[in-house]
Amino acid sequence: MSMIEVKDLNLYYGDFQALIDVNVNIDRRKITALIGPSGCGKSTLLRTLNRMNDLIDGVRITGSVIIDGEDIYREKTDLIRLRKKVGMVFQRPNPFPLSIYDNIAYGSRIHGIRQRGELDRIVETALSRVHLWEDFKDRLDRFALNLSLEQQQRLCIARLIAVTPEVVLMDEPCSALDPVATANIEELMYELKKDYTIVIVTHNMQQAARVSDRTGFMLLGRLIEYGDTGSVFTSPRDKKTEEYITGRYG
Amino acid sequence: MRKFRESLIEKFILLNGLASILFVILIFFFLAKDGVALFKTVRLSDFLFGIFWDPLAEPPQFGIVPLFLGSLMVTFGATAISVPLGIACAIFIGEIAPRWMREFLKAGVELLAAIPSIVIGFIGMTMMAPFVKKMFSLPTGLTALSGAIALAFMAIPTIVSIMEDAISAVPRSYREGSFALGATHWQTIYRVIIPAASSGIVASVMLGIGRVIGETMAVMMITGNAAVIPRTILEPVRTMTATIAAEMGETVRGSDHYFALFAVGMVLFLITFAINLIADAALHRERK
Ligand SMILES: Nc1ncnc2c1ncn2[C@@H]1O[C@H](COP(=O)(O)OP(=O)(O)OP(=O)(O)O)[C@@H](O)[C@H]1O
Ligand SMILES: [Mg+2]
Repeated sequence: MSMIEVKDLNLYYGDFQALIDVNVNIDRRKITALIGPSGCGKSTLLRTLNRMNDLIDGVRITGSVIIDGEDIYREKTDLIRLRKKVGMVFQRPNPFPLSIYDNIAYGSRIHGIRQRGELDRIVETALSRVHLWEDFKDRLDRFALNLSLEQQQRLCIARLIAVTPEVVLMDEPCSALDPVATANIEELMYELKKDYTIVIVTHNMQQAARVSDRTGFMLLGRLIEYGDTGSVFTSPRDKKTEEYITGRYG
Repeated sequence: MRKFRESLIEKFILLNGLASILFVILIFFFLAKDGVALFKTVRLSDFLFGIFWDPLAEPPQFGIVPLFLGSLMVTFGATAISVPLGIACAIFIGEIAPRWMREFLKAGVELLAAIPSIVIGFIGMTMMAPFVKKMFSLPTGLTALSGAIALAFMAIPTIVSIMEDAISAVPRSYREGSFALGATHWQTIYRVIIPAASSGIVASVMLGIGRVIGETMAVMMITGNAAVIPRTILEPVRTMTATIAAEMGETVRGSDHYFALFAVGMVLFLITFAINLIADAALHRERK
């Protein structure tokens, strides 16, 4: 069974329809990339998966998103549990203006973990996972906003995995980073794939081709093509996909 | 040409900056010149630690303690009332209220800020003082508490509007990051938004307290104006500012009384200065 099943999803920002009849199945422990020109609805689709669109006024949604067999758009969905399970990494690294330690411990604290020993362990595990532990184990009180952008993005990923999600949503996680940092984060994603289902939005087609197992191409609110990354890039079924990946527009 | 203009503008700004420092120094010397003259006849310790202020007694008593305690009590009372209320109000406006109500409340707060202090003092005297009197069954409603409440009303708009700005300026990305980790709205407010806005919050509280200290004179008609040491906040007091305002007109230039009022002004100046320094230090608390 897929981790996430999106069925007949339509989303409206007021009168504007940003997603049109989207259907997609996202596999467990795979990296799924969403590509497409600016404004086609990639971020919008990604944000429906943990209901971050709920924060925006005037959003209306029809259809369903089923995660682990549960429709998350049912009335009684527990948003806190949902977002714990489906975490998000943002385009610009957004560590909180707190220390490194407090950033990582944030999620655990809000979910009720208080014992120092346990928090310490969680912080160490999460930071090790993103390769920050060795550099910062003696400086956990550093102010997070003083780190480099790459370190900040790693910190945000660590902050997320500290709450043990199952799905990690990434909205252009490398667009604020230089090429070397981008390569490092991509490698990290590859490592994380063992344990997490990752959905990444990217503008960068090489990135999608490099890291993802499956790719979806979106255009004007529709998911035009979806399949194994290899076949989408080498033999796209749709003419528009081909035009996009050969760089004719976008 | 352009460079020349730039440097001219820079010099002009520098000059302004220097001028403001110069004014502060001049004001201090002006105060000190007459204030220090008091100590030719009155001992410094009698002034600082004297517990009676009675310029008309024989010999006159110039102990600043009752005035100082009066100011302290009114200021503390007003701070204790205005800071929690102001914070709660700013969080409500900035984070919780729906949009239409937000605009409405902000306009209300601005309106409150526009009421002249003396009008608040007047309302305090005619409405609040009788209320305080009844509530605590006191012989008089003109007490430190009444003054503190009136002052709190003057400070709240300052606190709320600056704090609300600070809260609204917290980047959306922090909120999203917090919600995306499964935090509730309240957790996001007190664990992320308040820390992120902390320097603005400190600034708003400091400016609020600044306003409170500055306006202790406007409430002289509701504090009972008795220069005696208060034992509780439900007794009449007289603040340092009120003393200067009330007595300056009756003194003879060059008399001890006249110099004593300047000495009180000097103390007031030093206190305000110290509070500003502390506020500054709090704002620029270094981040590792
Ligand atoms: N809060 C909003 N209110 C109204 N319209 C919105 C809102 N957010 C996005 N849109 C519109 O919805 C469409 C899809 O936006 P979305 O951000 O999902 O695109 P995207 O594919 O992520 O683009 P980009 O590559 O530029 O990030 C755009 O036309 C955008 O203008
Ligand atoms: Mg986007």
